[in-house]
Amino acid sequence: MSTPLVEVRGLKVHFPIRDGLLINRTVGMVKAVDGVDLDIAEGKTLGLVGESGCGKSTLGRALLRLSPITEGSVRFDGTDIAGLKREQLRRIRQDMQMVFQDPLGSLNPRQSVETILTEPLRAHGITYDKATRVRELLDQVGLPASAAQKYPHEFSGGQRQRVGIARALALEPRFVIADEPVSALDVSIQAQVLNLLEEIQQKLGLTYLVIAHDLAVVRHVSDDVAVMYLGGIVEQTGSDKLYANPLHPYTRALMSAVPVPDPTVEDTRERILLQGDLPSPADPPTGCRFHTRCPFRQETRCDTERPELREVEPGHSVACHWAEEIASGKITAHEVTPEEAAAAV
Amino acid sequence: MSIQIPPAALAPDTLDSEEEHGVGLWRGAFRRMRRNPTAIVGALIVLGFLLVAIFGPLLTSYQPGSAEWSGQVTPTSVPGPSENHWLGLDRFGSDMWTQLVYGARQSLVYGVVSTALGLTVGAALGAIAGGFGAIGGRFGTWVDTAIMRVVDIMLAIPSLLLAVSIAAVLGQNKYSIMIAVGVAQVPIFARLLRGSMLGQGQADYVLAAGALGLRKRRIVIGHVMPNSIGPTIVQATLNLATAIIEVAALSFLVLGEADPAVAEWGRMLVAAQDRFDVAPRLAILPGIAIAVTALGFTLFGEALREALDPRTRK
Amino acid sequence: MPEMTVQAEPTLGVGRRTDVLLSVRDLAVSFGLRGQKSVTAVDEVSFDIRPGQHVGLVGESGSGKSVTALAIMGLLPKRGVEVGGTVEYAGRDLRSLREQDMAELRGSDIAMVFQDPMSSLNPVVTIGIQLEEVIRRHEKVDKREARDRAEVLLRRVGIPDPGRRLGEYPHQLSGGMRQRVLIAIALACGPKLLIADEPTTALDVTIQAQVLEVLKELVAETDAALLMITHDLGVVAGLCDEVNVMYAGRIVESTTRARLFAAPRHPYTGGLLESIPRLDKPRGTPLRPIPGSPTQTIPWTEGCAFAPRCRNKIDQCTETSPALEKLADRKLRCFNPLPAEADRNGVDE
Repeated sequence: MSTPLVEVRGLKVHFPIRDGLLINRTVGMVKAVDGVDLDIAEGKTLGLVGESGCGKSTLGRALLRLSPITEGSVRFDGTDIAGLKREQLRRIRQDMQMVFQDPLGSLNPRQSVETILTEPLRAHGITYDKATRVRELLDQVGLPASAAQKYPHEFSGGQRQRVGIARALALEPRFVIADEPVSALDVSIQAQVLNLLEEIQQKLGLTYLVIAHDLAVVRHVSDDVAVMYLGGIVEQTGSDKLYANPLHPYTRALMSAVPVPDPTVEDTRERILLQGDLPSPADPPTGCRFHTRCPFRQETRCDTERPELREVEPGHSVACHWAEEIASGKITAHEVTPEEAAAAV
Repeated sequence: MSIQIPPAALAPDTLDSEEEHGVGLWRGAFRRMRRNPTAIVGALIVLGFLLVAIFGPLLTSYQPGSAEWSGQVTPTSVPGPSENHWLGLDRFGSDMWTQLVYGARQSLVYGVVSTALGLTVGAALGAIAGGFGAIGGRFGTWVDTAIMRVVDIMLAIPSLLLAVSIAAVLGQNKYSIMIAVGVAQVPIFARLLRGSMLGQGQADYVLAAGALGLRKRRIVIGHVMPNSIGPTIVQATLNLATAIIEVAALSFLVLGEADPAVAEWGRMLVAAQDRFDVAPRLAILPGIAIAVTALGFTLFGEALREALDPRTRK
Repeated sequence: MPEMTVQAEPTLGVGRRTDVLLSVRDLAVSFGLRGQKSVTAVDEVSFDIRPGQHVGLVGESGSGKSVTALAIMGLLPKRGVEVGGTVEYAGRDLRSLREQDMAELRGSDIAMVFQDPMSSLNPVVTIGIQLEEVIRRHEKVDKREARDRAEVLLRRVGIPDPGRRLGEYPHQLSGGMRQRVLIAIALACGPKLLIADEPTTALDVTIQAQVLEVLKELVAETDAALLMITHDLGVVAGLCDEVNVMYAGRIVESTTRARLFAAPRHPYTGGLLESIPRLDKPRGTPLRPIPGSPTQTIPWTEGCAFAPRCRNKIDQCTETSPALEKLADRKLRCFNPLPAEADRNGVDE
């Protein structure tokens, strides 16, 4: 078993909350990412799925050290980037790139596409033939060569996203993180960009981390999926297995909430509805972070002990004390009142 | 995973924009302004003002402040429009039109110099504060905070008090006015640019630049700055309008040139005070000149701001 | 198996009486910006809503669906906007009403829930007051009574501790809760028609499920008809009896949800269904995107607006404008539609 290209251990990203009149004191911490382990094998795609506030975007940025790492290690091809000095980090950035969610906001409105694509090359002192390289990159993402002279606001959303992808490819990275790559696009365009990402991966042998809130998208593009809730991973396994047999209560609720464009399915499916809203990452519930809204919560352990992400069956890890009992049907769901769910918020 | 990807899906998008060459932000903005009546009116006024100011001597054969015809002025009357003087005389016996024309020059110089002063110093402070603030970190935030506290102190001093103090130090001349008005504008520009830069610093494209491995300095200078300057330029045009008024106001308060006959709109207002009942035009004419010029700059600046706003584009 | 299930109604709200509640005929809206030629946002839009029926209006950005809703409610700006066609509510021509009469109807008969709860709620007024305001506008009750009703409403939409919440401001609530408040406000006076414009688009999936559930229950309880506007076909599949698909301002396909999803006939509808990743299909199913982008259209007057992106395009599509034709089982605006169910030899999986 070769070492994974990306290895994350015990990653924590905590943001201090400052307050005070004259001098800012730290009065609390927003625990955006609170202890995460991940492995991504080379050439594979890991999907990271979760709702807003779960910390998935922060996690993605932390992997590139675009968010400060409070604790833990992020190993890329053996090197822990958490400890790298500024110049070394700058160099290793050539190997790890990001595609952002908002195609309009992630491109400098003052720069032409040509400049956007060639600036990273200059920044790293790579010699290149401008015209050729730009044409190559545009070709890879399915844009015509005439796009080079234009400015971001002259494109449609889908085209802008392609420019963003081309920029990420400019340095020929090995690892690309796509942070909500299609959620800002029209439905009819999303498939274009998803197919494009897959094609590029096949051609260039890239490793992907795809972050999304859309389960169906994640399932489509990923080999493995990790489900995130309030700063921690609650379930992780192969894509097929997750959708066939979700074990964590949150995963099950998440999956049952996704609307499916098939009336028969919609009418007959069983829905697990969660009560209340996501608790604040600055003040997470004690014990299992999901216990306040969990329809399977038990009297013991759930509110006192934080469950570890443990392997319940080969290649399938869950962070739940009662995963086996729930799966076998020994424990059934009970109703959670809105007051209970709100109590811990 | 092997996926069959239908080739049609990856056919290059045809681009919707017809032009050969890309339209950048400024060029696009000016194009939009061409169609905006407010912008055109403002631009015409500004142009008119500039022409009068620059080509002043060509528009009148008389000398400013000459008081040649003082003999014609009596305590109860000031000669009005006549064949030789189409706007009449002022109370010192100089030709009104000449005074207005040369006054335009003075206003232009004072206005431009003081605004330029405010802009340069203010933008420099704002850029340093904003640049360091955008980078963040202990040191960066410290620099940002320190500079902004200084700026806050400057803001706390009433501009009139500042002007009088400067005049007291430098003496009653045009330099003190320009410096006073300039200094009063520094905090405005500093805050504006710094705020702009901090705002842009949060944008995704700045994050993306970091992800690409660009150096921090390059990010601030090449990405944050160019996108933050827009509002500052707009503010400069608007401030030019206020500067012209403020300079006139300070002259009115007799803080500038001691010689009352010097052609400057504010001073003309001073001189018009005691003859207001017999010859109100002595005050009305320079008043209109100040108001219209300021209006022109304001209209132009507002139109420019609207044209540059990415939200109203497209 | 989880007990926390909701019994889905097989009869969603098919409409019991035959008289029509809302009748839209040939609605057309165009915007004329000063000095520039006018843009047609909506054209030839016609549909009916029966009492208690759930109708869906589906389309992407630029399809004109939101403009249609605003036109029905009379909420479009007066300047620079031209509206044509008729909108009849319970026999009354809405477009000819005076503004004050229209305002009477809004809230009490026809209510609307918008997409962005933060801008739909007044940020400087407590939600209690906003609720009470609506109640007292249309019903003759005193403050005390209005407050009690408001509290009951909040509880009904599933907001915990409603008494306390009445005194809170919108920014103190989460997105999902704000949306529930909007629903409460909309249903406060028991309207007969509820228009929901992308009510859950900005919400997370699990919150969306909650809010849609609340919406469904309340609408069923009050017997209101529902016009659901969305781009999400999954939402429509679970909520609406009749579905109208819009593209570039016109309705291109209109039929029952069963027929639409089982056998879409307009290439746009079919294209959409094939291009979205679906949980109910095998993982390896390739996505077939619709080529091009929504901005690539030709004016409806010159042909079919979808033609530049259509896989089924024939010559006629760029020469003549297709009309909305009434077929046996649906209305369709297409010269070369996808094959009808009976003609299909197996759906491609």
